Amino acid sequence: MSANPRMVEVRAKVLKQNDFLAHSLRDQFRANGVYVISLVSSPGSGKTAFLEKLLSRIGADHRVAALVGDLATENDAARLQRAASQVKQITTGTICHLDAQMVQKALESWRLDELDFLFIENVGNLVCPSSYDLGEDLRLVLLSATEGEDKPLKYPTIFNSSDAAVITKMDMAHAAEFDLATARRNIEGVRPGMKIFEVSSKIGTGMDDVVAYLLAQREASRTSALQQVAVQE
Amino acid sequence: MHELSIAISMIDQITEESDRRGGLQVEAVHLKLGVFSGVDKDALSFAYHLACEGTPLQGSRLVIETIPLVIYCPSCKVERTPDSIYQLCCPQCQTPSQDIIRGREIEVAAFEVAA
Repeated sequence: MSANPRMVEVRAKVLKQNDFLAHSLRDQFRANGVYVISLVSSPGSGKTAFLEKLLSRIGADHRVAALVGDLATENDAARLQRAASQVKQITTGTICHLDAQMVQKALESWRLDELDFLFIENVGNLVCPSSYDLGEDLRLVLLSATEGEDKPLKYPTIFNSSDAAVITKMDMAHAAEFDLATARRNIEGVRPGMKIFEVSSKIGTGMDDVVAYLLAQREASRTSALQQVAVQE
Repeated sequence: MHELSIAISMIDQITEESDRRGGLQVEAVHLKLGVFSGVDKDALSFAYHLACEGTPLQGSRLVIETIPLVIYCPSCKVERTPDSIYQLCCPQCQTPSQDIIRGREIEVAAFEVAA
């Protein structure tokens, strides 16, 4: 080591490459009029069951597609194929999260202009996905009633980086002695003002609210995009 | 554990920066890491030293500056650090705030090279 080291200022975001790609994906999604929603949660919280229901509900009168990330197996894609025509599995191998490059690569052969909604199911993990922007318009974080109410406190950054929370498996809340008020308070603590839904994918309760919310969010995003175009013209 | 991916991104970035300046011998890297970045400091240090092996950064030190969480309180109209990262609210007036000013950084601030 030298006696008088020299400092070189850099000030660069470590994930700037990912952020740059995510921005270009977002521009591409906007230009093609596709609204993109990502789902994050721990493994086994019911992401795929929830997504299956969403795809068939929204898919009834919109063009929907899904990308699903997993470390291994194509089981989730096979399940979702029943509910949407375009489904692709991204197997990440040992990588615990999706990044913008994986999304870009997976979408290479897709016609985005033929879609209204694209859902991206991240790898089941409440830590790593929080740092990676995928170019999505909206990030949903899922928490199942069987996991316990303190998950938001254990993983504050993923809850904070999400736009809305969905509490799943509400049909099992009573059996699991799930304390809903505490769960809601914990979510509010780490992400003030967050919209929270309570659903049972199995029975179907609460799904109407989620679907209405997502449709309204897409409408709002389209309106603001059109206004921006009008201003530019 | 995405700290290894983060470490590899860092090494690529610093190698590129030092190459651009004519291939400098980097002795230490200074990183700003927010408490709300989702990256664990110890895991990142561990991953960094592993990932440096066989690269021009082998043997370099990683100096991590922890950046506290700072939110903007809409009631007091000032920036404040919450008492806990589990309650994003003003420590004075308890108003919740999602307006995060600092605490999410994963940023290479500088590196040290042999003079």
